This record gives sequence, structure tokens and C-alpha cells, in this order.
Amino acid sequence: MRDFRVGVAQMNPALGDLDRNLRLHLEWVERARADGCDLVVFPELSLTGYVLEDLAYGVGMRLDDPRLGVLIEQSKSISIVVGFVEHTPDHQYRIASAYLEDGEIRYVHHKVYLVTYGLFDEGRYLAAGERIRAFDTKFGRQAILICEDLWHPSALVIAAADGADVIHAPAASPGRGISGAAEVLGSARTWHDLTRVYSQMLVNYTVFANRTGYEDGINFYGASRILGPDGQVLADAGGDPELISADLSDGALRRARIASPLRRDEKLTVTLAELARIHKARTR
Amino acid sequence: MNPFARARPELVEELDRWLTLDHELAAQMLIGFVRNQVGKVGFERAVIALSGGIDSALSAVLTTRALGPENVTAVMMPYRSSNPDSLGHARLLADGLGIDSQIIEITDLVEPYFSRNPAMSNLRRGNVMARTRMTLVYDMSARNDALVIGTSNKTELLLGYGTLHGDMASAVNPLGDLYKSQVFMLAAAVGVPDPILQKPPSADLWEGQTDEEELGLTYRDVDRLLVLLVDRRFNLGEAAAAGVDRDYISQILGKVRTNQFKRRPPVIAKLSDRTIEREFRYPRDWGV
Repeated sequence: MRDFRVGVAQMNPALGDLDRNLRLHLEWVERARADGCDLVVFPELSLTGYVLEDLAYGVGMRLDDPRLGVLIEQSKSISIVVGFVEHTPDHQYRIASAYLEDGEIRYVHHKVYLVTYGLFDEGRYLAAGERIRAFDTKFGRQAILICEDLWHPSALVIAAADGADVIHAPAASPGRGISGAAEVLGSARTWHDLTRVYSQMLVNYTVFANRTGYEDGINFYGASRILGPDGQVLADAGGDPELISADLSDGALRRARIASPLRRDEKLTVTLAELARIHKARTR
Repeated sequence: MNPFARARPELVEELDRWLTLDHELAAQMLIGFVRNQVGKVGFERAVIALSGGIDSALSAVLTTRALGPENVTAVMMPYRSSNPDSLGHARLLADGLGIDSQIIEITDLVEPYFSRNPAMSNLRRGNVMARTRMTLVYDMSARNDALVIGTSNKTELLLGYGTLHGDMASAVNPLGDLYKSQVFMLAAAVGVPDPILQKPPSADLWEGQTDEEELGLTYRDVDRLLVLLVDRRFNLGEAAAAGVDRDYISQILGKVRTNQFKRRPPVIAKLSDRTIEREFRYPRDWGV
């Protein structure tokens, strides 16, 4: 990968108000640019807000939507990961995060693991994504996984096996679990743990971009962070809207992969053979 | 009777630990919630019915921190049989917070109706008073361009210990996910005055009434059980096997079940393909 500076726009989108959110995005893009970022990552559904329910169908956008076009234009000078509901040509609505670079859409990830339990109801309204891929950018090979995708370790194993040096994790994680002298929320602690362990075990950079604000009484707690390939936290945010950024370096990645050659030793053949056996037994 | 007498001490400790809040974090989230929910619908002000009890006291403190004392009005609505301490405590709190307070006696409003129905039970009279207070608070809300802040906690919502369209009515409720024991802890942490913290909780609808006597249980025990059943998802068999008194569990489960209607909007007869709440589902924050 090339050395570059990544920023997280830990922002608070307005629920269901695309135009207002687009203006908000332009302000954050400007802030990231002023901070010297080469790439700015927005949280899950940053253009639409999260608790959409039936609003999902009203805010769904085609990839040629002029509002997305505004951000694509911006990406000529700074790369952008932005979240929205994609209305696909076959009239499915999917939670999407697009990687915008040099005035083009480089890649779109659709959330594979929709959350439909607890306080979440995504599967009722939205279609699940069907692929997990790393993709090439001018800074190197990266991948996007959205929120609940990261609660399935297989998704990260695939992204890492596909060569992602940087895994982006746009999220809309609500605060819950306030028992005891927690100091951090239960949900925040889980994210801290999993991003640290994944970064260290898969030896890649992780960019966790969570949002802030309240929707229908649900509080999004922020606490975005950027982690190095040794699991160290390079930058972390509090609970308010904030830009955090860090310099990602190819040298640090090289050194981490020598110190911890887990990727080199990963046995894809064993994994594939065993998964095939399990799959065959389950579908017999 | 102690319904946890046969339970392992570790279980009780674990439940008490669950009930122990990180109060700084909780207060911060609830203050942010009030500020956000009031502000995003275009309001700056709030109105709270202050009873002199701990729930409305906590709500008032959180709301004052969220919106500033100049934007909060406390309404105190005593009835002639109300404990005079209630009004005194409400005043103590409002003065301490520096918020505007209004006293509206409801005796003159409800007595004419009571005198026409001399056989009214305490329950009916209590409900009429609670709904009269609701009417006055909502009128104040219209007068002041202010939202009504709720005071119902999770324990009373689950047990149905409140008057539907009465004290349960509000626009924004910061306390609905806090058990009564947690209300006590948080209230103490945010500086609710001692006389309010130390008196036994009472709806104060008739003389000498206390919640625990009327409900026939203690908040400490019922909160432990509710955590076990609601938050930890134990079923009746599992809770009984853990040593909690089976009759007690059945009694509490019965209250939770029979009061479900109080926690939901009125049931709508389905006719069309797209019925409100069933297929027509939008967030409450739609368009704000």
C-alpha cells in the first residue's frame, strides 16, 4: 500500500433528510481536506440516518443520483467512503457504503449481515448484500464491511484473505448496557475489543467510523477509532461529532507482518476444505 | 416474605450489580436525550408535573441540565388530602434548581365530580386526579410552547402501576428504561435533596398510601426479579430453579402481562393492506 492519511467524519446525520445530510457531508469533506486527509470515511447510512423503517424506500438512491454525484465530484481531490440506501435496478433496497475516488465510484459494498433482532429491524425493510470483496484503490487494497458484518468473523477472514490492508467499518452502533462502573457502554466495549483483536489477528489497519446523535430515543455513542496492524489505537474519538485522523504507513504494515506472520501462515486450503465438508453435511 | 430467600447469594449479588448504574454515563445520555428530543421538534422549553416524589424530581433535574433552568416549568397540583410534605418537597427541588414553578390546586376541579359520585373507589378518584393533572400539564405545555417531560420508570411501566392517559402521559420520557432502584441511585448521584430520597415512594392519592404497601412488594425485590425475567430473559421455570419464589414470579408475570395494554397505543381493527403501526411504520423522528 501507499502511505496515506485517513480521517473519520464522526458525524450526526439528520434522519431521512438527504439534502441536509449532503450539505453536512460537504462540510465534513472540507474539514478532512483541511486536516490533510487523503480519504475520509463516513458512518453507516451517513446520507440518510439510521432508524429509517418505511423511510428506506423514500431515501433509496440510484448510483447515478445527482446527490451522490456531488460527492463523486468531490472525490477528485479527496477519496470518500459514504453510506446510503442503494435502490438497485431490480428494485431492491440495500444498505450501501461506496468508495469514491478520482471522480468515480471505485466499489460499493452492500451490508451482508442485516441486523434483525434486539432493537434492530433491518431485514424487514432491506435486502442483504451477497458478496464480500477487497478492492484496489490508489492507496492500495482495501475492503468495506458495514457494522453487523464485523460481528461475523468470517466476513473479516474473507476480506483479509482477499488482500485488504485496510478494512473500513462504517457503523451506526447504539449505546446500550450501562450496568456497573462500566465507564464505557457495553456496546462500545464490544467494538473496542473486536476491532483490536481483528486488527491484530488479521494484521491490517481498521477504520471504525461510528456516528453520534439520537434517533427515536436511541443514542449513537461515537467512539470511532483507527487501529494499526498490531491492534494499537492510532486515533480515537469521544461521543460528540469530531474528525479523527491517522497516517497509515506501508512501513508499519510491513514490520507488523514480519513480527506477526499470521497472514503468511493462513491455510486457505484447509479452511476451504473444512468449510466445504461442513457445508456438504449441512445441506445433505 | 423474601422471594429470594432460597436463591444463591451470588445470583442476588449479580442482579444488584446489574442494577448498579454507571450514573455519570447514564445522566449524560439522558440529558443528551432530553436536549435532543425537545430541540429537534423545534421546542426550547419543557414542563413537568412535580409531585414531590423521586421520579419527577429526577426528571426535573435531568431536564433542567438539558435545557437550562430558564426553560423549565414545574407544575405542582396538590389535592386537599395530599400530604403537605409533597408540596414542600416539590418546592424545595424547584427552588434549588431555580426553575419556574406554578401551583394549581385541583381540589376545586375534581370535587364537584366526586360529590356527584360519592361511591367512587380510591382507584377511580386517583385516576380522575391523575388525568386532571395531565390536562393541566398539557394546557401549560400549549401555553408555554413547552413539551411535557415524562416521569414513568421501567418498574411502574412493567407493573402497570400508573394511570393510562394520566401520569403515564408525556411527549418525552427520560426515565422509562430505569428501574425504580436505579431512579434512586441516579437521583442521589445528581443531587436530588435528601428528604425526597429518603421518604417511602407514594402516589399520594390518599392519605398514608405507599407504593410498596399498595403493590404488596418491595421495589428492591421486584426490580431484581424484573431484571432476571426481562433483561436476563429467564423464563418462569428457570427463575424458580434459580431459587426465586414461584408464586411471587407468577404474581409479577401476571401484572406484567395484564398491563401490556398500557404500554401500547390502542389496538386498531385491521381492514386495509396497510394499517398504521402494522405495515405503516415510520420512526417517531420522521421529518424532524
